[in-house]
Amino acid sequence: MDMPLPDPSVLSRRARIWDRLAAALPADALITDPTETRAYECDALTAYRCLPLAVTLPRSTEEAAAILRICSEEGVKVIPRGAGTSLAGGSLPTADAVILGVARMNAVLETDYDNRFIRVQSGRTNLSVTGAVEADGFFYAPDPSSQLACAIAGNIGMNSGGAHCLKYGVTTNNLLGVTLVTMAGEVLTIGGPYLDAGGLDLLGVICGSEGQLGVVTEAWLRILPKPEGARPVLMGFASNEVAGACVSDIIKGGLLPVAIEFMDRPCIVATEAFAHAGYPDCEALLIVEVEGSPAEIDDQLARIKTIATRHNPVAYREAATEDEAKRIWLGRKSAFGAMGQMGDYICLDGTIPVSELAHVLRRIGELTASYGLRVANVFHAGDGNMHPLIIFDANKAGDLELAEALGADILRLCVEVGGCLTGEHGVGVEKRDLMHVQFSAADMEAQLRVKDVFDPAWLLNPAKVFPLDVTASRRAA
Amino acid sequence: MRPATEAELAGIIEGAEGPLAITGGGTRRLGTARGARLETGGLSGISLYEPGALTLVVKAGTPLAEVEATLDAEGQRLPFEAPDLRGLLGRTGQSTIGGVVATNASGPRRVQAGACRDSLIGVRFVDGTGTVIRNGGRVMKNVTGYDLVKLVAGSRGALGVLTEVAFKLLPKPETRTSLRIDGLSDAAAVAAMASALTSPFDVTGAAHWPGRGTFLRIEGFAASVAYRRAELQRRLAGFGAVDVAVDDPWPAIRDVAPFHDAAGDVWRLSTVPSEAAALAARAGADQVLYDWGGGLVWLRLAEGTDLRARLGPFQGHATLVRSASALQRFQPEPAPIAALTKGLRAKFDPRGLFSVEI
Repeated sequence: MDMPLPDPSVLSRRARIWDRLAAALPADALITDPTETRAYECDALTAYRCLPLAVTLPRSTEEAAAILRICSEEGVKVIPRGAGTSLAGGSLPTADAVILGVARMNAVLETDYDNRFIRVQSGRTNLSVTGAVEADGFFYAPDPSSQLACAIAGNIGMNSGGAHCLKYGVTTNNLLGVTLVTMAGEVLTIGGPYLDAGGLDLLGVICGSEGQLGVVTEAWLRILPKPEGARPVLMGFASNEVAGACVSDIIKGGLLPVAIEFMDRPCIVATEAFAHAGYPDCEALLIVEVEGSPAEIDDQLARIKTIATRHNPVAYREAATEDEAKRIWLGRKSAFGAMGQMGDYICLDGTIPVSELAHVLRRIGELTASYGLRVANVFHAGDGNMHPLIIFDANKAGDLELAEALGADILRLCVEVGGCLTGEHGVGVEKRDLMHVQFSAADMEAQLRVKDVFDPAWLLNPAKVFPLDVTASRRAA
Repeated sequence: MRPATEAELAGIIEGAEGPLAITGGGTRRLGTARGARLETGGLSGISLYEPGALTLVVKAGTPLAEVEATLDAEGQRLPFEAPDLRGLLGRTGQSTIGGVVATNASGPRRVQAGACRDSLIGVRFVDGTGTVIRNGGRVMKNVTGYDLVKLVAGSRGALGVLTEVAFKLLPKPETRTSLRIDGLSDAAAVAAMASALTSPFDVTGAAHWPGRGTFLRIEGFAASVAYRRAELQRRLAGFGAVDVAVDDPWPAIRDVAPFHDAAGDVWRLSTVPSEAAALAARAGADQVLYDWGGGLVWLRLAEGTDLRARLGPFQGHATLVRSASALQRFQPEPAPIAALTKGLRAKFDPRGLFSVEI
């Protein structure tokens, strides 16, 4: 993975740029000391690091606008950053770029239950949005697994999903409006606390644009009344094919569980050794969760059991108590930690049509064997969003490159069967160079046009999402 | 012109020498496009339907009725309940799925299942240079590149001509029922609907039809619907008697049927529910219909009334859906937003072929 060389004219004006930012911001909102900017040299994609020119941490939309105005005037690139949890390198800086981190902007600005929205500053963490409303019986639906740490700004940038989006949708389906600061420092209101915004759906294209169109400082989010209850069931199957067929039949049966999670044997073995959740010894395991009143849950689980029984499950456990529900989720929630025990790993997130599940898992197994690596699969089966975890040894020369090459092959496979490179993590730098696998030159050009309109100088997070050769002329202009 | 393939359509656009008026079935357009008529009806047929994956890919000129019949046979449906506006706009013809997407047409279930754009997962379209552009795909979780799917949905053909669209679907419920409360003022009705929509009972429709009642819909498995019906009746008892509605009011609400045979302009307000009743009062309308718990307000006023001037600033926007007047159909946008809109149109349609207002 390459990043563009830093702009020497910006590096040579370093002191002047610092001075201008310092004059516009409170003392603690600007960091230039390399011992302190080091904390911002990478996000959760830790394989790639670079010290930024400066880090700015505004406390208001006005301060964010001032930073962007100065950077725009000075021709300095800006890297928007939420909580720095991107697995795709979405907030990886370059040496000639200023990081604009919104972590200090974490206030709740307005809560309106009758109109079912909350307005927050974008640095607020995902889970604390729900935290602000749950005592009153509400929640914010998108639930990425990093939800304790990740910020709404990053969720909007990447259009984050989560385990429960089969029923509730992803960020874009739960976002009503934003305050967006453009690269020129102009503050725009797009959408608002109502359901549709009129005109072109600018909000729809801003969500998921990976911080390349503007910096979101505030957001109106849809909040929902909490369901009365939820209960999971765990089922084990003799093969990935059978488990995949069961997922399809549950969906065809008219049921809409809030989550259908899938783990394959390598993942079951690893999590069992790590978390001792008491999972059955089997080839594939499903966790299906349904919501409602106790009677509604009983009714749905009875229907699911009828469907599952047709596929001869080797294990079938309904959670009768809260404690049993926790045990069912324990292994799934520990899966990433368990992988960490096995070695370093790369987490992919390609999506495939649900009907291709068994075929894709078999091909992943074959590819993995040909590379001499190990892969465990844990993913959201209801919507086909896979999470193959490729285990490698970062201390072994060439192992990271080998793992990345396998990852690229797996993502090519996802696209080949009708899916996509990324279902919820975003492209960032990680999948940037694979975009041509999914998109033609014309498909990408259409996307670049949108950035041309929002950020004509190509200063916002410019070396992400699209292959560098595709954007070279625009970035150089 | 009525191309039979995407390639033929692209050729027509590439070679066009003047504005094009794109039309699907002609049942939804607000008459703001000029130029040579370009029909999409020749691009018809279902490309892929996988009930087990809740996925449909369909050519843009396919009649909506054909799409709905195909899904119905498998016990599935488009989640967003597209309205049929023929009665309201005095049109005949067949609504196409492309027209539904181009206008982001979304009915009462929008409060629970989202709008058309929320179910739309992929598009193919031809831009103003005649280039075929693909975005999104056939899987329901996809954040690869920018989401032009949303940008194109509801753009009324201003950025290009849709040739194929892909949706995620929902199973049809086993049963449904509707509750009715009589005699509520508009403000009380909005409060009752808010109470229902903030309950955990998964209401899929909340509308107030003055003179007919305030309606709530619940859908799902029979036992669950019976349970939630009883719970909602208990919860809303303070607003008056909560009865089970005998007739299904939702097709009429979806299609704004109460306004069909009445003269005058028809406006559509999108706003914050709690402001809806006050806005309707300020409008001094001859007739009002509230959907989406009050978030959508249909108003009928004397022809030529400038509703936007009458309302002054408010949260949301007003669209003039039916009128013979010269009033602007769409709410004017603040200058910086209008500049973005103009910039995007110029990029996707540099020759200004797609003259439609948005």
